[in-house]
Amino acid sequence: MSRLVIASIGPASSVQDGGRHGAQRYGLTVSGAMDRLSLAAANTLVGNEPFAAVVEVGPFGAAFKARDGAVRVAISGAPRNADIAGSPVAMDTSVTLKDGETLTLGFARGGAFTYLAIEGGIKGEPVFGSLAVNARAGLGSPYPRPLQAGDEFTVDAASCAPELRIELPKPSSGPIRVLLGPQDDEFDDANKALFLDSEWKISATSDRMGYRLEGPAIKHLHGHNIVSDGTVNGSIQVPGNGAPIALMMDRGTSGGYPKIATVITADVGRLAQTSAGTAFRFEAVSMAEAQDEARKFAQLIRNLPDRLRSADTVALNIEALSDANVAGHAVSAVDAGTWQVAVEP
Amino acid sequence: MSATLPPPRLLPSGDSAVTVEFSRTIDDDANQRVLALDKVLAASPIDGITESVPTYRSLLVHYDPGKIGFDALGEKLLALASQPLPPATRARRWRIPVAYGGEHGIDLEDVAKTLNTTPEDIVARHVAGDYKVAMIGFTPGWSYLSGLDKSLQMSRRQNPRLLTPAGTISIGGIQAGIQCLAAPSGWHLLGRTPVRTYQLHRNPTFLTEPGDRVTFFAIDHKTFEEQDRAAEAGEIVAEQVVA
Repeated sequence: MSRLVIASIGPASSVQDGGRHGAQRYGLTVSGAMDRLSLAAANTLVGNEPFAAVVEVGPFGAAFKARDGAVRVAISGAPRNADIAGSPVAMDTSVTLKDGETLTLGFARGGAFTYLAIEGGIKGEPVFGSLAVNARAGLGSPYPRPLQAGDEFTVDAASCAPELRIELPKPSSGPIRVLLGPQDDEFDDANKALFLDSEWKISATSDRMGYRLEGPAIKHLHGHNIVSDGTVNGSIQVPGNGAPIALMMDRGTSGGYPKIATVITADVGRLAQTSAGTAFRFEAVSMAEAQDEARKFAQLIRNLPDRLRSADTVALNIEALSDANVAGHAVSAVDAGTWQVAVEP
Repeated sequence: MSATLPPPRLLPSGDSAVTVEFSRTIDDDANQRVLALDKVLAASPIDGITESVPTYRSLLVHYDPGKIGFDALGEKLLALASQPLPPATRARRWRIPVAYGGEHGIDLEDVAKTLNTTPEDIVARHVAGDYKVAMIGFTPGWSYLSGLDKSLQMSRRQNPRLLTPAGTISIGGIQAGIQCLAAPSGWHLLGRTPVRTYQLHRNPTFLTEPGDRVTFFAIDHKTFEEQDRAAEAGEIVAEQVVA
């Protein structure tokens, strides 16, 4: 067994996985990774199950040191500079830390959460099938709280597997898609239009419970108190002050404010990775489209192993390169450390 | 179908959950139907449903759209929701000890003043109540009770408290509650119970279920301390009344 020791880590970092399902009826929320696609990508790179427990690293930097042997890890999610003793590590790749080496992650350069998966997974005692941290309920293993410097994981010694890169679809920059409801009838047409047509920004006071949205005040038709009913990941509730809150993974299981809309499953992770202060819009879609997208999203995660490429065979992703150049930023085809270059074996 | 209730409505809650709503208000008939539908789904599961969450007036049904679509599931749920209520089965009943007033119930005196009576009278009315766990939500084990005496119904605090103690027994609006973990609350705090409705390494982890009946009885603060230690060590402390 090796150890992976946290040399430093910022706030809002914790062990997360696919979440804790089945006990919402007792008030126990699901928790789990804010960005499930990146969770699954990081795990796939090191041969883990897609929703195995990983380190969810918040917007600030972190450093992880291998002790008592080598440790194989992978990173995916919010892009950031990463290096081992000054030699860069690309996002969406696996890498092996030799005994004594440290992987250093910089601040997120966009988005918030980066996922560090460890080959063989994180060892702990699951509660309701999950190691995910829910600090309020004292749940999460091996640490039932946000991570801090000095914490460590006992992990499998690194295999000799070749390092891999994963070719993920280019993230959409389009609006965050929502389904109206369940309480859209608590708002008149003008206020529904205001919600859908306005530009929104995520407040810096947001957290894993909810993302507070800054924009115009949305007015209720009959006041802001409804009898509490159930919530889901992505429920957008509108409290009395008219500033919507998108409920995220550590949400209360029930809530007493009208919910104007619900972010579609395929876009919850994209909302989670929208940086505070970045302007974005919502777009209403039909149930048929939302469910079609949910099925495609599940299929994308299931088929992630098909997107693995050898890390050392580099080919050009002409599409990405030309997009970037058209956008006015000359991107060198050989700058593989900073640009996501797709690789064909 | 109850004469007072409109037909149930399906409210889409995103692409992977649907709310079956029986009423827009707190209504005992509606809650009974919520719990009945929840029971039917537990007894004869519909493929694709992953979890159901009963609340006062609606059942939130989580499902996998890869297994069943909204239209097909909605049709099945509405058919089940419209069935006549099964005959009432005998519910479990819990007797919950409460240390009222003082440091454990800092709002007891104010509640008495507001209602022009004595703290002893407030306790007597609270203890006399026959409550039902209508739903569990917000934080683990937070049991929302229906059945609060009309004379104890008063609006919530203007300024919700950011933190209220674990085990708080409180009232708010027409509801009463048993709170398990320390949490923010805008309700009036009458007392504290040593009973943990949620305790991680105890069997059962969750004590109460929606539909359970609850009554309270007063204990002194010394008994509270003793039972609190016992509860911390994993004892249930609450008395289960065998019907």
